Amino acid sequence: MSQRKRLNRQTWQFTRDIRILSSAVAVGPREGKGPLAKDFDKIYPDLYCGQPTWEKAERQLLEDAVKQALKKGNRLADEVDVILAGDLLNQTITSNFAMGQLQIPFLGMFGACSTSMETLSVAAALVDSQYAHYTMAACSSHNATAERQFRYPTEYGAQKPDSAQWTVTGAGAALVGTGTGMKGPRITHATIGKVIDMGIKNPFELGPAMAPAAADTLSTHFLDTGRKPEDYDLIVTGDLAKVGYQILIDLMKDLDYDIAPVYNDCGIMIYGEDQNVFSGGSGCASSAVVTYSHIVKGILSGKWKRVLVCATGALFSPVSYQQGESIPCIAHAVALENAEGKERS
Amino acid sequence: MDYVIAFIVGGLICTIGQLLMDMTSMTPAHVMSTLVVSGVVLDSIGLYDPLIEFAGAGATVPITSFGHALYHGAISEVQQHGIIGVITGIFEVTSAGISAAIVFGFLAALFFKPKG
Repeated sequence: MSQRKRLNRQTWQFTRDIRILSSAVAVGPREGKGPLAKDFDKIYPDLYCGQPTWEKAERQLLEDAVKQALKKGNRLADEVDVILAGDLLNQTITSNFAMGQLQIPFLGMFGACSTSMETLSVAAALVDSQYAHYTMAACSSHNATAERQFRYPTEYGAQKPDSAQWTVTGAGAALVGTGTGMKGPRITHATIGKVIDMGIKNPFELGPAMAPAAADTLSTHFLDTGRKPEDYDLIVTGDLAKVGYQILIDLMKDLDYDIAPVYNDCGIMIYGEDQNVFSGGSGCASSAVVTYSHIVKGILSGKWKRVLVCATGALFSPVSYQQGESIPCIAHAVALENAEGKERS
Repeated sequence: MDYVIAFIVGGLICTIGQLLMDMTSMTPAHVMSTLVVSGVVLDSIGLYDPLIEFAGAGATVPITSFGHALYHGAISEVQQHGIIGVITGIFEVTSAGISAAIVFGFLAALFFKPKG
């Protein structure tokens, strides 16, 4: 492998043996009844997660994910040099308050639902550049807090169209470090996306709004790395859901990339057909929960050798769309692969 | 027969609201305001009272009747007190509904957790 770190303007290559040393997820009730339930570390039976408010419940999920990831990686919070975390609430209060409890040096990030791969990219870069020994990437979302933040009060009972999505309740965290003696999935590349705005204004059509951003990041990744879709055993997007899924396949076909044979979407994978989630799941937790449980396990078991996770985010606020502005979107991609770890010397 | 007519007329008004939500990009609040204003307009051109005569609860239960009540309250005060009646009369007829919403909202908040 070449030792260049900057492959091109948007793509980083991690030249050291950077790995997800451990990861953990905590989820809410609907996710716990979905097809991936057996891969989750903690499942709460209700949306309150033992807390008095939904906001505190989301914090609980994030703290659970971080603590469980540390435990599985056999590390103490004191050993983590920096944690990168974010969520969907105003001023990212979930991460801010949770990190107050955990006392790990903290960089808050916001990339809407792309936060999962945004944090993982930077976490890997910090270890690769040796500014940190261990870093963590974490993010969360909660159905009821997101409804309150972006849509209507839940008791309002507003109807939604079939193109709407269901915000995933959950949190995921990954401990990132160098691979000495450990055999987690290796993080090889990250492609940082640009903001793409195709003029869609309807917040119930986030899949179609975000698909062009995913297409831009994926095609840039393929160009920069010289890879093709068939070099991956699995390519997932974060939360395009059923409507955006089909649009992305078509957009990529127009760019001469046939991703259909290896492509799936975390927002589709996390729920069963009978779970009434409209077009599918959304939220930071959609890609985080699926990647940090199901996909990490699949890579470790050898089911997939190489996976590209492209987390998609809609960067709007309630104020921006109520004032009639279109929805700017972004996508960040991280390549993970199963590679034998070097033994600890 | 009265029940059937009420059901059909009330259902048609609701169907209009549902179509506005499904086929346009109007939010639920836009649809509600549109129906209220429609009630005011229909009453001002003299069509809502005959509709109530014809359909009973089919015309008084949907939100359009709130517009009808706003209009009636304002007009009757205008007749007694002049133009200032538009301001003083607008909630004359509807005050029962609005007060009930406030009182029952308050009572519900005392007994349940209003955190949604």
